[in-house]
Formats: sequence, C-alpha cells, structure tokens
Amino acid sequence: MKLLKNLKFYFKSFLLWELLLGLKLTGKHFFASKVTLQYPEEKTPRSVRFRGIHALRRYSNGEERCIACKLCEAVCPALAITIEAEPRSDGSRRTTLYEIDLFKCIYCGFCEEACPVDAIVETGFSDYHFEKRGENILTKEKLLAIGDRYEQDIARDRTQDAQYR
Amino acid sequence: MFNHFITLGWTLIKIFAITVPLMLVVAYLSLAERRFIGFMQDRIGPNRVGPCGLLQPIADGLKLLFKEIVIPTRANRYLFMIAPVLTIGPALAAWAVIPFDQGLVLANINIGLLYLLTMTSLAVYGIVIAGWASNSKYAFLGSMRSAAQIVSYEIAMGFAIIGVVLAARSMNLTDIVLAQRGGLFHWFWLPLLPLFIVYWISAVAETNRSPFDVAEGESEIVAGFHVEYSGIAFSIFFLSEYANMVLVSVLCPIMFWGGWFSPFEGMPVLEEWFHWVPGVVWLILKTCFFLFLFLWFRATFPRYRYDQIMRLGWKIFIPVTLIWIVVVAVMLKANIEPWFSST
Repeated sequence: MKLLKNLKFYFKSFLLWELLLGLKLTGKHFFASKVTLQYPEEKTPRSVRFRGIHALRRYSNGEERCIACKLCEAVCPALAITIEAEPRSDGSRRTTLYEIDLFKCIYCGFCEEACPVDAIVETGFSDYHFEKRGENILTKEKLLAIGDRYEQDIARDRTQDAQYR
Repeated sequence: MFNHFITLGWTLIKIFAITVPLMLVVAYLSLAERRFIGFMQDRIGPNRVGPCGLLQPIADGLKLLFKEIVIPTRANRYLFMIAPVLTIGPALAAWAVIPFDQGLVLANINIGLLYLLTMTSLAVYGIVIAGWASNSKYAFLGSMRSAAQIVSYEIAMGFAIIGVVLAARSMNLTDIVLAQRGGLFHWFWLPLLPLFIVYWISAVAETNRSPFDVAEGESEIVAGFHVEYSGIAFSIFFLSEYANMVLVSVLCPIMFWGGWFSPFEGMPVLEEWFHWVPGVVWLILKTCFFLFLFLWFRATFPRYRYDQIMRLGWKIFIPVTLIWIVVVAVMLKANIEPWFSST
C-alpha cells in the first residue's frame, strides 16, 4: 500500500502533474473576461449619498437658498467653513462671504445635514484637483457655480435618497 | 580587394536583417509579457499608449534612453560599463548560426550547436562582472546565484543537446533540422521527449526567468545583479535577457520540433492547404509558442527556493539526461524507424 502511494507520488511529481494543473488554471483565466474598469471612460457605480465636492444650490427662480443661519459653520467639526453675513438691499439676510477650506474639510456631511434649506450639499463628484496655492478654498462664487453646473445631478440624487430619510 | 568589401557589406546587411527584427521582437515581447500576464490575472494590461498599447515599448525605450546612468561610489567604472556589453554581445552573436529556412543562415558552420552552447555560457561573465563591479551586496549576491544556476543548468542542457547531436548525427543546425524531415511524428520531440523537457526547463533556468528567477528575486535581493544599473545600461541587460529568451525559444523548434518544416507534412488534405506557407513562418509560429510558454510559466509558478533549484539541476536532470542518452544510443544502433533509419 505504501509502495503504491510512493509510486503514485513519484509518477505525479515526475510527470509535472501539479504544474500542468497550474498552467491549466492560468490558461483558463487568460480567456476569462477582465475585471478592469478603464477609469476616465468607465466608472464604478457610486451611492447617491456619496460625499464629494461641495456646492451651494439655488431655488428654481434663481434665488440662492442660503440664508446665512451659520448652522453649518457651527456644526463643522473641522472648522472648515467661514461665513460672514449682512442684510441685502431688499432686507433679506444673505452671506457676503462663504468659504470652505478643502484642506480642512473631512467630508463628513454634517453641513449638509444641518442645513435647514438644503443650500449647502456635497455632490457625487470626487475627481477634482487644484493647480495653484489658494485654490483649495472654495469661495461663494465657486460653490454657486458648482451648484449651477451640477444642479440636475444634485436634485436627482436627493429625490432618490428622499424616501430613506 | 574590392570583392572583400562587397562580401563584408553583404554580411553587414545580413547582420542588420537579423538584429533589427530581433530587437523589435524583444521590444514587443516585453509588451506581450505585460499584456498576457495581465490577461492571466484578469486584468487588461497596458493599453493606453497607441492602439492596444502597441507604442508602449517605444515609450519605455525612450524613457530609459533619457535617464541618467548612475555609477555607484567606489564601483569599478570600466567593468561597470563593460558588463552590459558583455551580456548583450553573446546573446546577439549566437544568432549567427540560427537557420531560418533551408540556406537562410548567416554562418552555416559545422559546429553550430557547440558555438551556441559557448555563446550562451559566455553570458554568465557579463552577469558576474556586473554584480562584482557594482560594489553592492545585493548585486553581488544576485550575480553569485545567477552564475551558480547558469553553470549547473548548462550541464543538463549540454547533455540534452548531446542527445540531439546523437540523433541527428551532426552539430550543424541545418542538418539537425533536415534530419527531422517527414512530418510531425518524424520530429525529434517524440524519441527525445525527456531530453526536450529537460532542455526546456534548463532553458528557462538559463535565462534566469521565472520560476527560476532567484538571481533577481525582487522580494529578497531587490533586482539582483542589475540593481545598480539605470538608464540605457539597464535596458541593455533587459534586452539581452529577452534576446536570450528568444534564442532558446528558437532553438526548441530547431532541435526538437522540426525547425521550418510544416507540421502538416505527410497529412493528406492539410498538406495541400498549407503548402504555400513559407518555412520561416512555421519557425516563427513555433518560436512564438515557446515564448508564450515563458510568459505562461511566469504567470503561473511561484519562485523556486535556491536549494530546490540546485537539487532539480544536479540530482534529477543530469541523471535523467544521462539515462536517456544511452536509450537514444540504443535506438540508434537498433535503427528504430522512422527517426533513426540507417542511411
């Protein structure tokens, strides 16, 4: 019995049996469909709750939503938000300065949760970059511009998520 | 006098006709390696430079060309620079005796196989000198491992080649191929199957390729003997490694798989269909298969431990080849058809 076992072992190792099995496996994978995503053209699916770059939204009549309540500034754990406010000519309370320092921001999403009027949001866009020093600070104009540009996506993400909130 | 120059010119043209396509093959072999290993790992590999990544080797080459050659402190400058040349020289010179078709050979010499054996073993000098001149312990360890490995497997490979020489009754590579005339089952792979397997595994070990790549085991000694090389000096080592791969792959069909002969020779219908295919194409196809095997092995097998490599070389391959040489000799004496009919 032991002899037979030994014989089997020698035959197997001499005929490179295990090696051939390994080759068979990699050979199979050679023809298998590939899992790579070609990034800029293809993207992995992302949740509607994804917290990417920030944006300030407007109402559909073009009026900005933010009422300068400073709740986001208060809740921000990283102290990334700076707000200054004073009454506008028509008497409504508006921000004169609304800045987010992206180097400080930890993308926790508390600002979005705190906002009573859905003005500050975190969009689903994660791929952005800075080219010069100082560009890490998102000014009010930039935030509004991002909001204008991606309003459709922002609104779609919020409506899809609304039923779970 | 004038005639001499014409002969010299022709020889130079022939050398270029061999070397330039060889360099292209080497360049695209490096791309094929990255792509195919990618495929086997369910990736797609580099595909951004040019269509399907076809310009990738050119981009790599240009990048290496413009990089600085760093010479380590207290390294031996002359030996350091001469080592890559010593590695690529034999790797290219060996191609002089490779027959691509009947009569299509640069130097049809009668000791072709011996010449090849010499040239492939000369490559070890470049590696040893590179490791010693680098003044680095990793390079030195790598070159030591590589030298010991090449020397050990040279013996098994030499015995395997002796079997071929016995069977073909010649050392001339053209004669060796011609001795295999007559279709798939007349080729030497069948009577010399153990020798073929030993030759092929030794060839993988000789070229320091995975799974025998302890000489440059990146997890242990960084990159082995060429760890201190950069820029074009490194790329020359790279080229010679791949040129050696192509060389041992082309020797496989020449010695065991019928060289430039069609595998359909002697088969009723297929022979007619493939009659128009020139012999060079068959040789190239067979070589490509063996090159693919190199990549396949690299994607499949984990690296051997050093003592396992030595055990395999000395205690298994050498006895197996020795025994099979005797078997071949007996088959020769007995005139076993169709390979060894007395002529």
